[in-house]
This record gives sequence, structure tokens and C-alpha cells, in this order.
Amino acid sequence: MALLEVKDLKVRVEEREILHGLTLTVNEGEVHAIMGPNGSGKSTLSHVIAGKPGYEVTDGQILFRGEDLLEMSPDERAAKGVFLAFQYPVEIPGVTTMNFLRTALNAQRKARGESELMVPDFLKKVREVSKSLNIPQDMLKRGVNVGFSGGEKKRNEVLQMALFEPSLCILDEMDSGLDIDALRIAADGVNALRSPKRAMVVITHYQRLLNYIVPDVVHVMSKGRVVKSGGKDLALELEASGYAQFEDAA
Amino acid sequence: MPAVQETVERVKRIDVDQYRYGFETLIDTEKAPKGLSEEIVKFISQKKNEPAWMLQWRLEAYRRWLTMTEPTWARVDYPKIDFQDLYYYAAPKPKKTVNSLDEIDPEILKTYEKLGIPLREVAMLEGVEPKVGEDDPSRRKIAVDAVFDSVSVATTFKAELKKAGVIFMPISEAIREHPELVQKYLGSVVPTSDNFYATLNSAVFSDGSFVYVPPGVRCPMELSTYFRINERNTGQFERTLIIADKGSYVSYLEGCTAPQRDENQLHAAVVELVALDDAEIKYSTVQNWYPGNSEGKGGIYNFVTKRGDCRGHHSKISWTQVETGSAITWKYPSCILRGDNSRGEFYSIAISNGFQQVDSGTKMIHLGKNTSSRIISKGIAAGKSQNTYRGLVTAHRKATGARNFTACDSLLIGDKCGAHTVPYIEAKNSSATFEHEATTSKISEDVLFYCVQRGLSQEEAVGLVVNGFVKDVLQQLPMEFAVEAQKLISISLEGSVG
Repeated sequence: MALLEVKDLKVRVEEREILHGLTLTVNEGEVHAIMGPNGSGKSTLSHVIAGKPGYEVTDGQILFRGEDLLEMSPDERAAKGVFLAFQYPVEIPGVTTMNFLRTALNAQRKARGESELMVPDFLKKVREVSKSLNIPQDMLKRGVNVGFSGGEKKRNEVLQMALFEPSLCILDEMDSGLDIDALRIAADGVNALRSPKRAMVVITHYQRLLNYIVPDVVHVMSKGRVVKSGGKDLALELEASGYAQFEDAA
Repeated sequence: MPAVQETVERVKRIDVDQYRYGFETLIDTEKAPKGLSEEIVKFISQKKNEPAWMLQWRLEAYRRWLTMTEPTWARVDYPKIDFQDLYYYAAPKPKKTVNSLDEIDPEILKTYEKLGIPLREVAMLEGVEPKVGEDDPSRRKIAVDAVFDSVSVATTFKAELKKAGVIFMPISEAIREHPELVQKYLGSVVPTSDNFYATLNSAVFSDGSFVYVPPGVRCPMELSTYFRINERNTGQFERTLIIADKGSYVSYLEGCTAPQRDENQLHAAVVELVALDDAEIKYSTVQNWYPGNSEGKGGIYNFVTKRGDCRGHHSKISWTQVETGSAITWKYPSCILRGDNSRGEFYSIAISNGFQQVDSGTKMIHLGKNTSSRIISKGIAAGKSQNTYRGLVTAHRKATGARNFTACDSLLIGDKCGAHTVPYIEAKNSSATFEHEATTSKISEDVLFYCVQRGLSQEEAVGLVVNGFVKDVLQQLPMEFAVEAQKLISISLEGSVG
């Protein structure tokens, strides 16, 4: 079943059109990779799906399980199951990671009309997940992302993904700023979350990440459009020949 | 719409009128005629059955006040106050001695109930202990003195405090019952000639709280005073005097609210703290006076003089304040570090929204040897408010080894507000070590988006970020009030972002 349908999406930022009619369909259980050069509109797409302010949608639509996503506030989208793993996760001083996780999880549950998770159940769950991600307990007591290394920040994103159990995960340049070991840990965490009920959109410049998170479908973006789609081999092809061949196609 | 623009739109529509304590209590009151004169000062003194020395003290202050002019150096702007257009005394009627709660006007009790002040719940009737099972043993007891307009209406737990030797009563009673203590300490920290508003207060104060903790006693419960302005056009001038004798400890909290009115109301209080050798006073304030409406109309003018004197060696005074209300705040809780090895602390959260103007800070005056002080100030400005930290740290030439650490952080929400930091630092001896740190930041759209992407609403996100920002200070409040203050912070910032 189609989880996410982006139809002929046109998006402007301050009078400049970034996406010129982008179409993309992601089904439940699938992992899609979106590749493309700098400035092709990959991050814009992820921000518009999540509802970041500052973007003006001039045409097209985004449906999530058939519902109009653009009509929802960002927090409503989160409660519906849209999760964006940030390229640059922000720091929130004075707010412990544990407190943040609990506040966010309960806000989502409340929005869905579910009861708040009891503290012991919550702690048990956090401990399980953080252990599997190699996240030390003292990291959870520190301010959100404050003083975290690049790898720790990304693992913290994966931790939240595991806790909130979203149905759509968008990973924006997850590999940026990570060494090979840190990348492997984060990717293992993501792979553990692959499920027939969950779809993922992996945004990246490099094929490298796709060695760890193997996609079902690869899309190439250029100048605000999807210019080619194919299987996982398309990524290898790109790695060999570069993006230049698509510049003209767009 | 870009978020910044959205924030601006939202701030424009800001609804400061959601002040929760803005109701008025309809009761009969007895008022002195409008205006200020020697006759009014005599009237107040007479109403309070004061001894002659007290009247003399007031009259001297009044005559002094006539020669003074209002200070204008603060970064606040307001029309000139007509001091003859105010009532200086208002008391709920009828006023005979109140021996039990049942004799207090039920309307006043209802007011305090609405405000969540536990007058009745916590064994209010004098000397009556809560029945077994009635009181949650995990919850510490808090003795409350409630001041309604100019008069103290009830003080709880008096008997239990008396057992420990602690005196906690309205200052009007203390003047009659403990004249030796009042005469010795009143005006010894904030002299009658100190400043325009303190001098005015000395002439016309009608009530407030008095605390004396005898040597070696650790006060068995938190003491709290709750101030409520109800009457129209009435100034509230309360006077608080707290004395911690040698080796004693006391923690005291004051709370303040007022009805919502179109005209401005004047509040000019004086608080004096005296800590003798090895004594410690912890003074916390949650100030939530009516801040005015969305057009900046109405609200309390809060001109307060608060000062603590670390008179004895190894004494300690700690001020913690959460300031969310008032149209204008002019307030600098200070410490005079007279005793050797004494310590002063100032922890402050000042939040301004709408058209509020805050000029607040502290003075740490190092006179004794090896004295130390610490200042942590968190200013949060939203709406069209102006928020200024003004502080003085000074070391006398004999204050060898004086140390101060100051951190002033400001957080801006939106782009129509202002945050200002004005530190004055003077060291008259070379062994003093003063450190000053200051930051100003804007609550970033990226941080807010991160939070809402994780499911928090915009307002929850702002609340979370701000509470993180003020955490160091909140931790200084007594537990019971920290939770209250946290909620208050969120309420004060409602509608500050889009």
C-alpha cells in the first residue's frame, strides 16, 4: 500500500523555485534512496515532508496514507508517524535527553489519544534500545546533543526513531560527518528498524551509505526533479559515472 | 509563511489578558482618604495602635521623602505617578482581632482558595494539628502569612513555630509585641533615607511579615507570605523584616498577585534581612503581579527595595526570584557582605512579555575579608518587552580575598523585544577576584522545529527550551515552588511564538 505519495510538488523558498514538480511514491516496507548533487533539492524535499517553516508549496500534493500531509502542523505529522532524522541535530542545553525523549513520546501518544507511557515501561524501553545502539546511560542524562560527538548525535537520532516507532523515516544525509565505525553502528541501528510496516527514505550524496543500508529503490534527483529511478545497482552506476550525465536530462 | 514572520504575527495577537489571577474580590474595605500628608501617616499609625516611637520614625521618613525626587536612571518608561492620587491605606472590614479562620471574611478566604494558597487546608486554626492521615507526611509543612491589601489577614502554624522559638507574625503585631527587636533591626539594613520608594514605604507601610529565628534554631518549616492587592487605586507598601540570629537557618518565600485593572497600581515594598554569625537566610520570590493587557494598559508598578545584611561572620544570604508579572519592575535584591567569610547569592529568572519593562538585578557589596558572592541571572524577553539586568559588584579596600562569579544570560523570543545587561564592577583592593560572563541568544527556529518534529507543540517546545535555559535557577527554589514556577513560566510565555 502506498504510504507516501508526492505528486507534482512545486516548492519555493523566498521567490526561488527549488522543486519543479517532483513525484515520488513510497510503499510500506520499502527503503528508497534519494541521491543527487548539492542543490538538487534533496533536503528541501525532506523538510517539506516534515513541515519545516520557510517553504512555500505552490503546487502539487503530499499524501500520507491518503491524507493530505500539507494540511497538518509538523507536530501532527510527527504523531501520525513521520520522522525526520536530521543532518545536523540541534543542541538543547538544560534539557536532559531522557526528559526530552519522554516529553516527545508522551506528546505523540497524547496526540494519538493513547495513554502516557508509565515511567518504568519507558525506562525499560530506553535502556533496551540504547544498549543495542551502544549509547551509554550517562549520555541520556546530558543535555540533548550538548557536547555529543558527530557519531553520538546520529545515534541519538536513531534512538528516537526506535522509541517513537514511526511508519516513515526520512534520513537526511545520515553519513555526513561520520567515520566508518560510527557509520556502521548507526546503519546497524537503522537496519534493525526495517519492517514490513515501515518505509524509509534515505537521502545521501554517496553510494557508501547504501552499502550499509541497502535500498529497494534508488532515485536520482537533479534540479528539483526525480530524473531517474531504478534498483540498488543504479547507485553503483552513479558512483562510477557521476551525476553529470543527469544534469542535461533535468 | 516563514516561521519568523509567523512568530511576529503571533506576538501581535498576543493575549496577555489570560492572567489567571485577575479576578477581584468584592468586600467592604476601610480606606484612608486619598493622598499623602502627615495626617495620613498619623492615621495609619493610629489604626495600627503603634507606640509613639514608631509614629516618630514614620514622620521622619515622610519629611525626608518630601525632599526627595524619583529615580530616573532605570531603563523603564512610564508616565509620572501622582502620589496624591493614591490611597495609602485599605483594610478589609470589619477589623477586630481575628482569632480563628471563621472570623475572616469568607470572600477573602475564597480569594486565597482560588489562588491556591493553603490557608484552610493546612491546619489553619491556630494550634490545631492536622488529624492523622489528613496530611501527607512526605509534604513539608509551610507556614503562611496572608496579606490582603494593607493588612495581614491570617498567619498559619503560629503555635508550632512558637514551640521552636520562631517568631512569625504580621509586622504590625511585632511592633506592639516585640518592640525591642523591631526597634533594633527595622531600618538597619534599608535606612529610612535610602531611596525615594524605600523612604515612602517607611512612612506609610501598613503591614508585612516579621520573622525572628533565635540562636541555633533551624526553622522547622518553610515560611511564606502571600501578598494580594485588591483595592482600586491603592498602593501596597508592605514591609518585611527577617532576623536570623547566630547559627540559625530560615527559608522564606513570598508570592504576589493582583486583580486585572485598567489603571496602574503602585507596589513599593521594603524587605530587610539580617543574618548574624553563622546564620543563613534563603529568600525566594515568585512575583506574578498583573502585567497589564495586550495594549500595555494597566498592570502593577513594582518598585521594591530588598536588601540583606550578612552582619555576622560565616553568614549567608541567598536570594532566588522568579519574576513574571508587573508592568514595570524596578528591583535589586542585594547583599551587604559585612561579616568575614560571609556569602551572598542571587539567582534570578526574569520573564517579560507583552509591554512589560523589567530593570532588575542585584548588588553584592563586599566589605568583610574572604567574602564570596555568586550571581546567576536568566532574562527572557518576548513580545514587545524590554528586559534589563543591572548589577553592581564591589569590593571595599579592606575586603581582601573577595570573590564573585557572575553569569548573565538573556534569551530573546521574537524580534520586537530587547535584552540589556548593565554590569558595574568595582574592586578597591588587588586581591579581589571577580568573574563576569554574559550571553545573549535567540530561541532559534531550528531548535523549535527539531522539537515539533518530535511531536511537541510550538508552545510545549518553547516551554521546554526556556525551562532548560533557566534550570540552574529553578534548582535553587524549594521543591514545592519549583514545580509551580515551572508552570508559571510556561503560562507567561503562552502566545509568544507562532
